[in-house]
Amino acid sequence: MFLALRELIFARGRFSLMGGVIALIAVLMVMLSGLSSGLVNDGVSGLKSMPVTTIAFDQGTKTDNAFSRSVIDDQQLNAWRSVEGVAAAAKMGVGMANATTDSGKQIDLTLFGIEPGSFLEPSRSAGTGLGDPDGIVVSSTAKAEGIDLGTVVTLDRIGTKLRVVGFTDGQATFGHVEVAYLPLKTWQLIASGQAAAGAPSAERMSAVSFDTASVVAVQAKPGARLDLAAGDTAAGTTSKSLSAAFNASPGYEAETMTLSMIQVFLYAICALVVGAFFTVWTIQRKHEISVLRAIGASTGYLLRDGLAQAAILLVGFTALGVAAGLGLGAAMPDAMPFALEATPIAIATALTIGLGLIGATVAVVRISRIDPLNALGGQR
Amino acid sequence: MTSSTFPAAGASRADAPQAAGLSIRHAVMELGDGDTRVTALDDVSLDVAPGEFLAIVGPSGSGKSSLLAVAGALASPDSGTVTVNGQDLSQLSQGKRAAFRLSNIGFVFQSGNLIPALTAADQLRLINRLAGGPKTFDPVPLLESVGMAHRATNRPGQLSGGERQRVGIARALVTGAKLLLVDEPTASLDRARSREVVELLARQSHEHGVATIMVTHDHDVLGYCDRIVEMVDGRLGAPAPVR
Repeated sequence: MFLALRELIFARGRFSLMGGVIALIAVLMVMLSGLSSGLVNDGVSGLKSMPVTTIAFDQGTKTDNAFSRSVIDDQQLNAWRSVEGVAAAAKMGVGMANATTDSGKQIDLTLFGIEPGSFLEPSRSAGTGLGDPDGIVVSSTAKAEGIDLGTVVTLDRIGTKLRVVGFTDGQATFGHVEVAYLPLKTWQLIASGQAAAGAPSAERMSAVSFDTASVVAVQAKPGARLDLAAGDTAAGTTSKSLSAAFNASPGYEAETMTLSMIQVFLYAICALVVGAFFTVWTIQRKHEISVLRAIGASTGYLLRDGLAQAAILLVGFTALGVAAGLGLGAAMPDAMPFALEATPIAIATALTIGLGLIGATVAVVRISRIDPLNALGGQR
Repeated sequence: MTSSTFPAAGASRADAPQAAGLSIRHAVMELGDGDTRVTALDDVSLDVAPGEFLAIVGPSGSGKSSLLAVAGALASPDSGTVTVNGQDLSQLSQGKRAAFRLSNIGFVFQSGNLIPALTAADQLRLINRLAGGPKTFDPVPLLESVGMAHRATNRPGQLSGGERQRVGIARALVTGAKLLLVDEPTASLDRARSREVVELLARQSHEHGVATIMVTHDHDVLGYCDRIVEMVDGRLGAPAPVR
């Protein structure tokens, strides 16, 4: 590294320009990673937080928007309950609703209808649990919209009034809309179109002749692997693991694929730009390398020196870029779905450095092909 | 290398290579292919004893550079043997040759060919590190001996042509090499600087017992050389008279 370090200092202008590009790529990496995590949270955090291993949709449901499109009944639920390895299974209703708070603010809600007291009931950061026909537990992020315990939201058009009785522990959103958990019976009342204006009463709920829901949420016993195909055959469903079911939520696949594509391109650009820089740099040094080889420097020493130089440049400026990206990320407006998570950022950092090094290696290997004989004679 | 009875300078006219310095025996080397094939070395035999300063003169393309390449283990002759300090170079693998060059052969190239990023002192330190020399290596005495101690912290860009050449000579001596190969050291220097540089080479080779071969076009500096041979069409001619 004797030569590598001195060259970094000597050609600091050129290396800083290259480092600037690497740092900007790293900033973009962090931003994309944050946006990606943010969108995932915004899209499916309501699902992620559920203690569920498998979601069973009605057989033949179109995969996009399958949650609100699928319809399942008690027979399918019971079939899943008897599948080997299943700890619990419950019906779950999913629907979207526009609503207005009692202070006149318009909000969108994803209604998750669940059996009060079942394993699907979310852990709460405040308030009481589900039970009252008009009681809903909403995502803690809804507080930012001015919703508080006791706030009454009125569903648009049908005029059904629901009362906020609790907040979830952390973010629970689905399809970029805050989740409101409510009793399955109430959900069925609303979904069947039988809900009237005002708060739903226990009386009306028992009169409802509607026993279907959207999906069967299945929880496997710890360590058990479910035979999904057998369960599907018995129940007449199409089941997916929880993370595979994310794709069935609105826009999820399109968003994550777009971001993944941008990231893949960015990694490729990083490798190519670093490779191009070190190719030109090595060609510039061709004569001095031939002199060093003539004097007797081993190829291994020169290669190690060149790679160490690339590694110092990449690690230093990637760290700088990541730090800048984290700073920028912290200053993101709340309206932007943005979440800085350690694991994806660490992976992005490692990939930036790793792919940059691969690009540099391809360039630096040229050193081994430079002929020491070029040192003799006058050609420069 | 273990022999203690090596012959004196110029005494080895037999085919046995001398133990110290450089011995080339019947070296033949052809370059190029087909119609462009030229004989760069045509049965060349040459001995240079320790402490001897030899100049090779000759027109362009006469094989001077090929002779340097062969003597410096940068190229192998098609036939014949090259022995440096008792080591037959043809016995060395590619990787061993580099290590051998590093510790046994010093090179001085045209216009110094120093590394642009390194100060004069660091040029010398790099070679010491490459050769695995002592960590306590101090480049200043060596720079002092070529009159460049005051320029130790300057990079090549801040040095004149003559100063670069002096640093280049100091660099070639770092590992205590006993064979110094010098390629057109005065190509980019004026007369006064040329004389100074060649005088320095002569002094270093005499003081340190280094066998030195200098390839040059510059007849002005031949007065400092112990022996001059002329090369024409790959053959070593009769020694030209010292002027």
